[in-house]
Amino acid sequence: MKSEQSQKRKILVCCGPGCLAVGGREILQELRTKVAEAGADIKVEPVIKGTGCHGLCEQGPIVRFLPEDISYCRVNLADIDEIISQTVLQQKVVERLLFTDALTGRRVSSQSENSFYKKQLKIALRNTGEIDPLNLDDYLERDGYRALAKVFSQMDPGAVIAEVEQSGLRGRGGAGFPTGLKWRQCARVDNFPKYVICNADEGDPGAFMDRSIIEGDPHSVIEGMVIGAYAVKAHRGFIYIRDEYALAVKTMLEAIRQAEARGYLGRNILDSGFDFSLEVVRGGGAFVCGESSALMASIEGRVGEPRAKYIRSVERGLWDQPTVLNNVETWANIPPIILRGGEWFNRIGSEKSKGTKVFSLVGKVKNTGLVEVPMGISLRELIFDIGGGILNDREFKAVQTGGPSGGCIPADMLDLKVDFDSLAAADSMMGSGGMIVMDERTCMVDTARYYIDFLTEESCGKCSPCREGLKRMREILNDICSGSSRPGDIEILEEIAGMVRESSLCGLGKTAPNPILSTIKYFRDEYDEHVNKKRCPAGICRELTTFIINSEECNGCGLCKKNCPAEAISGESKAPHVIDLSRCTKCGNCIELCRFNAITVK
Amino acid sequence: MENLKDGDFTAQAESILQRYPREQRFALAMMQDFQKEYDYLPREAIRRIAGYLEVPPGKIYSLATFYKAISMEKKGKYIIKVCDGTACHIRSSTWIIEEIGKLLGIKPGGTSADGRFSLETVKCLGTCALAPVMVINDEYFGSLTVGKVKKILQRYGGRADEE
Repeated sequence: MKSEQSQKRKILVCCGPGCLAVGGREILQELRTKVAEAGADIKVEPVIKGTGCHGLCEQGPIVRFLPEDISYCRVNLADIDEIISQTVLQQKVVERLLFTDALTGRRVSSQSENSFYKKQLKIALRNTGEIDPLNLDDYLERDGYRALAKVFSQMDPGAVIAEVEQSGLRGRGGAGFPTGLKWRQCARVDNFPKYVICNADEGDPGAFMDRSIIEGDPHSVIEGMVIGAYAVKAHRGFIYIRDEYALAVKTMLEAIRQAEARGYLGRNILDSGFDFSLEVVRGGGAFVCGESSALMASIEGRVGEPRAKYIRSVERGLWDQPTVLNNVETWANIPPIILRGGEWFNRIGSEKSKGTKVFSLVGKVKNTGLVEVPMGISLRELIFDIGGGILNDREFKAVQTGGPSGGCIPADMLDLKVDFDSLAAADSMMGSGGMIVMDERTCMVDTARYYIDFLTEESCGKCSPCREGLKRMREILNDICSGSSRPGDIEILEEIAGMVRESSLCGLGKTAPNPILSTIKYFRDEYDEHVNKKRCPAGICRELTTFIINSEECNGCGLCKKNCPAEAISGESKAPHVIDLSRCTKCGNCIELCRFNAITVK
Repeated sequence: MENLKDGDFTAQAESILQRYPREQRFALAMMQDFQKEYDYLPREAIRRIAGYLEVPPGKIYSLATFYKAISMEKKGKYIIKVCDGTACHIRSSTWIIEEIGKLLGIKPGGTSADGRFSLETVKCLGTCALAPVMVINDEYFGSLTVGKVKKILQRYGGRADEE
């Protein structure tokens, strides 16, 4: 019976955010219907599940067959009949639906052959994409709640903390504070009640790791939190989820309900005598609430403004009581650490950054998606081996890490090891794990302006260095991008940036100048060109851009002409084309489309 | 305001308030529930929440204006959210936002004169593989170009006209 169970065929349909947006849900429904219709003819009925994210969002919707381990990408409703007749009924592979490996250019049928997955090591994402997030039995089948059972039967709170300390786990929310130490500091305080909080207010643009974990494997977060609560003797916990993540809220609420019904939450958990209840709090759409003290204010029902950090939240946090706050990914790492031991975790990663880190690899990279890699992997491996390189094989320019508080790392530092300390040494930061790849068509001044714009909007306004400093920096950057800057502006920018960094109240303000400082440091030429020559070399800043077609390179294919929204391009077929500068809106559509590099920035 | 008839509103407001204990920590959740019901937060709701929680209305108002999730303006029938997260931004979302604004005659944050469309920008929808991307109500449109936007909006225009 057991072996029959493990042989059972499954079809996994990815229902992560990326795949849902391109019709994952419809594919799931259609497969369910069609497999049921065909069911009479086959002996083994495949189990179809909506799973969490498979990571490779670029190729969605993704459908995976187990135990054959065949993955199809970009599946259309029109493909379903063929999938049923070939793969479901005859176990044959439909070649045209397989992944094309971005590195080798070959079609691959299983995930293990795909370069995107080869260098990955999944701990926090161990179940995401493998299980039905709304089926607790799926989680249990994969060692779910076994760490919790181990804690209750074999470990006292001190032993739990020691295990987490030994693992070397550091907070995955960005700052990298040692998790075990945080727990120990909180456990030491003799003041009750205490609270544990999960920060799921994932606000960095371009980052969706936490969302994917909650939507794909909510019980791993719950289990981690119960263990943490036991370690510091807290009996209530809160999960603060970003307002925009409606599905994550729904999934987590359902998972909590299931855990309560089966005795993993509530009174006397697993007959241990330990009580713990968990609540979901929806955020209000304020980026600053990702900052821990602002988040706690928000849970209390106040305006989400941060406070000075000389009082630490492990002593006085939520409602002024001792509080442990960790990020989603941190919590999801706890159960495997307990189950397999801190020593096992400590062997993975680099010297001071242990374990793995989940990144969302996005921007101008071929394989956009969610990846989990051991700490210490090089940027080059991440972007070129896993990411498959730059879209349209353009030139790599920079990678932005750490969200709005992070920095841009240039091409000559591609061999940098990705961990907390090396990124900080390069004037960027780990942040929550967004990794945005930029190519020659990305303007670094515009990028800095983008982040400053974001932070100006999101600054809560409580302290003046951040509130006023950001506004002034935004004005200067606007001037630089629109051609009205004056010599000396870059120096003023640096001066204000230094002041904001030194004197702001919270982490948001202190790190807000990073996008400016790191782009000035590594791309000073580009700033100078904007200010002195009034030219944007990437062709992004409109007032500083003139596109021209090089008549020697242009073969008159007409692609740019056909797609020009301003109808500014003219030319006979197979003869060089020209751009009418009076009509050109500088949208850059032509330069993106041209396959012969015939269009350049004057 | 036609859907805010006094009797109906009182009954609806009561049913929302009663979902929560009288604790200030639920103020934001209450506002979100009101917004779900009416697509925006009516001023009257602020007064009711304040009364229920026994706090000055100004306190609730300060929350309502601080949190972006809460809108005190009535929104259009179709809410267009254009993603301007980093991945979308470097794939030219600025042009998409501009084009929609031009076509509908509104700026981000605004609602068209006929009340059909509201245009918003959001920082990251978490679907970076589809960049640049937008959502109209619950429907996603990815890998947008200026040309595509026009066609998509025409579809919505047509749909609204038929009704």
